[in-house]
Amino acid sequence: MERIYIFKRFERFWHWSQAALILFLMLTGFEIHGTYKFFGYETAVGYHTTAAWTLVGLWVFAVFWHFTTGEWKQYIPTMDKVDAMIKYYLTGIFSDAPHPFKQTRLTKHNPLQRLAYLFVLVIVNPIIWTTGWFYLFYNSWKDWGVGWLSLEWVAFFHVIAAFMMLLFVIAHVYLTTAGHTPTSHIKAMITGWEETH
Amino acid sequence: MSIPRTQFLAVGVLSMLFLLTGIANAKVEESKAAVKVPAAVAATDKKPAEKSKSTADHSKFKELDKNFKTGPDVTKACLECHTEAAKQVHKTKHWNWEWVNPQTKQKLGKKNVINNFCTSVESNQTFCSACHVGYGWSDDSFDFTKEENVDCIVCHDTTGKYKKIPGLSGHPNYKSMEWPPHSGKFRPAVDLKKIAQNVGKTSRQTCGSCHFFGGGGNAVKHGDLDTSLINPGHALDIHMETKGLNMTCGDCHLSDSHEVSGSRYAPTASDEKGALIRGSQDERNPTTCVACHGNEPHVTEAKLNHHTDKIACQTCHIPAFARGDLHTKMTWDWSTAGKLDDKGHRIRTKGSEGRDLYDSKKGNFTYERFVIPEYVWFNGHVRFTLFGEKVEGDKVKINEFMGSADDPNSRIWPVKVFRGKQPYDVDNETLAVFHTAGKDDAAFWGNYDWDKALAAGMKAMGVEYSGNMKFVETEMSWPITHMVAPKEDALSCDQCHKEGGRLHAIQDIYMPGRNNTPIIDKIGWTLALLTLIGVLIHGAIRVFTSKRG
Repeated sequence: MERIYIFKRFERFWHWSQAALILFLMLTGFEIHGTYKFFGYETAVGYHTTAAWTLVGLWVFAVFWHFTTGEWKQYIPTMDKVDAMIKYYLTGIFSDAPHPFKQTRLTKHNPLQRLAYLFVLVIVNPIIWTTGWFYLFYNSWKDWGVGWLSLEWVAFFHVIAAFMMLLFVIAHVYLTTAGHTPTSHIKAMITGWEETH
Repeated sequence: MSIPRTQFLAVGVLSMLFLLTGIANAKVEESKAAVKVPAAVAATDKKPAEKSKSTADHSKFKELDKNFKTGPDVTKACLECHTEAAKQVHKTKHWNWEWVNPQTKQKLGKKNVINNFCTSVESNQTFCSACHVGYGWSDDSFDFTKEENVDCIVCHDTTGKYKKIPGLSGHPNYKSMEWPPHSGKFRPAVDLKKIAQNVGKTSRQTCGSCHFFGGGGNAVKHGDLDTSLINPGHALDIHMETKGLNMTCGDCHLSDSHEVSGSRYAPTASDEKGALIRGSQDERNPTTCVACHGNEPHVTEAKLNHHTDKIACQTCHIPAFARGDLHTKMTWDWSTAGKLDDKGHRIRTKGSEGRDLYDSKKGNFTYERFVIPEYVWFNGHVRFTLFGEKVEGDKVKINEFMGSADDPNSRIWPVKVFRGKQPYDVDNETLAVFHTAGKDDAAFWGNYDWDKALAAGMKAMGVEYSGNMKFVETEMSWPITHMVAPKEDALSCDQCHKEGGRLHAIQDIYMPGRNNTPIIDKIGWTLALLTLIGVLIHGAIRVFTSKRG
């Protein structure tokens, strides 16, 4: 069995704590939105805010890590083999065709993954964070020169981004089973080692 | 909510990050704390009942060592030393019962406003003036310039023995008299000498002697003012709690030259400038929550401060009014007044609370306790429907609180809405004034004849009664601002942040947990479901093909 060390310790820690926080933020966020009642509004708001701040902290470390290790390059988009990937997911995967992408330590994400993660990074996250910060600093809008903002629109975009994140999570969780074996990606994210053959 | 350290621990991940996020939050906390103003303006005279701390003992003044015959005699004695007092009182609403709103130019004050309780003062002064800071106002010939007509005692009595009797034009009873009428009980003549020798600061009792009894009885009018505020417990009023802060009316309603601050004719609905520091030459109203607490008063729950740009303090901190011992009057239907029993006598029926449900003199009433207020946008401007103003339809708003979601000076305020039915002159198209009380033939409370009472009342207003009357439904709003509850009893978030919550009547503002954009929710959940179905199908095919393979 061939295996390579893909995910380093901090990366795994970052991934799982971020995953937990995002799921928790969705759980509390949709309650605040009024979709259901679980913790109770006040408690949900408290948890949501605390989780958001914690995620901010986590991100500070993650950004630092990505730049000091050069791992940020993993997200540079490429169109190379994107069509092959799509074709693979639509047909090849069912006939046990060979995976068109060869994972290495320098390119650990397949081209579709790169695009998906980049989308989250440059579209979903900025929307959710910007609107989230406006929520947190509601009283400072005037001082920031954005007194014309309305809470309704801030909430509108926050919710749209939350739905995009939800869609990402569903697809992402499913695609973890699309590795060499159904559990190989998940194992890799836990142990760091990915079975490639 | 946001703050954090305990909650961070609860989250229990990422110990290193705690530090960092903790710092961010601590800053928020600090900045809020800085705004918290010293308990400052609180309590000047702690216990109204205790021995006076005044530097003057009025019982030692020879000017007061007299057997005064009347109230004005006492006032003359007061004015010998307090030379400017009456001139000051002459400038106030307490004296003139008139106030011109500088914005709307409406001539307001008790003298001019028609309400939906006893409706109007005109032609009924001998009774109404039991709550006038003067002596002798029985009709339009009253001399408002006479200094000895000012009643000093009604506000400065400390004995609790001074009472102005309705029907005596603002005078107490100088002779023993039966009171209440036909009760068989006799009220001894007022001891003016003793009272004059014991004058002091105003107190809950003196302010309350009128303001607790507005509308014709204890707790009737305001809903947040009644005698339960004389000795309130913790839950009823956090500021006036006798064993707590024990603040008096005057601690908030700061006065200068007998001009008492705070007014429901032109309330201060919001004050962006925050706390009003002592010595400040600012002309702002000191009788507001903000004047002491500022606009960011919540120290541990930063998110709550985000509400102060839209919501008046009172909205959360006075969860219900009439929380004392007494029920407040909620409706008054004059249209049923005048029914008499078989013998032609007045009928009075009382409810279980000892409150009148029906009175031939006044009609039907309802009372409530622990009343949840209604909520309105309010920017401090109140428009009244005054006498003579043409109004059409069967519903009249006696007053209207102005404001809207777009107006930066507006806040959502709690109000008591008092609903009633009262006479309307159909041909003159105006709310009618009628003569209620008096010993003459026209007084409604004597003869139960609407036409006579209306003719007399309208005549006093200088208008001829058309002879064609009906009863119209009226609404009058009263700002709820007293009986502030302790913070643990303030509204919880989800009393508003939900569908059908307390602010259901206010729909022009976005509230998380209540409003969402249905189209976004529909699209969002549909896409999520489709994605889920998609991956499940994809997975199922994989399972199927791998088995086959």
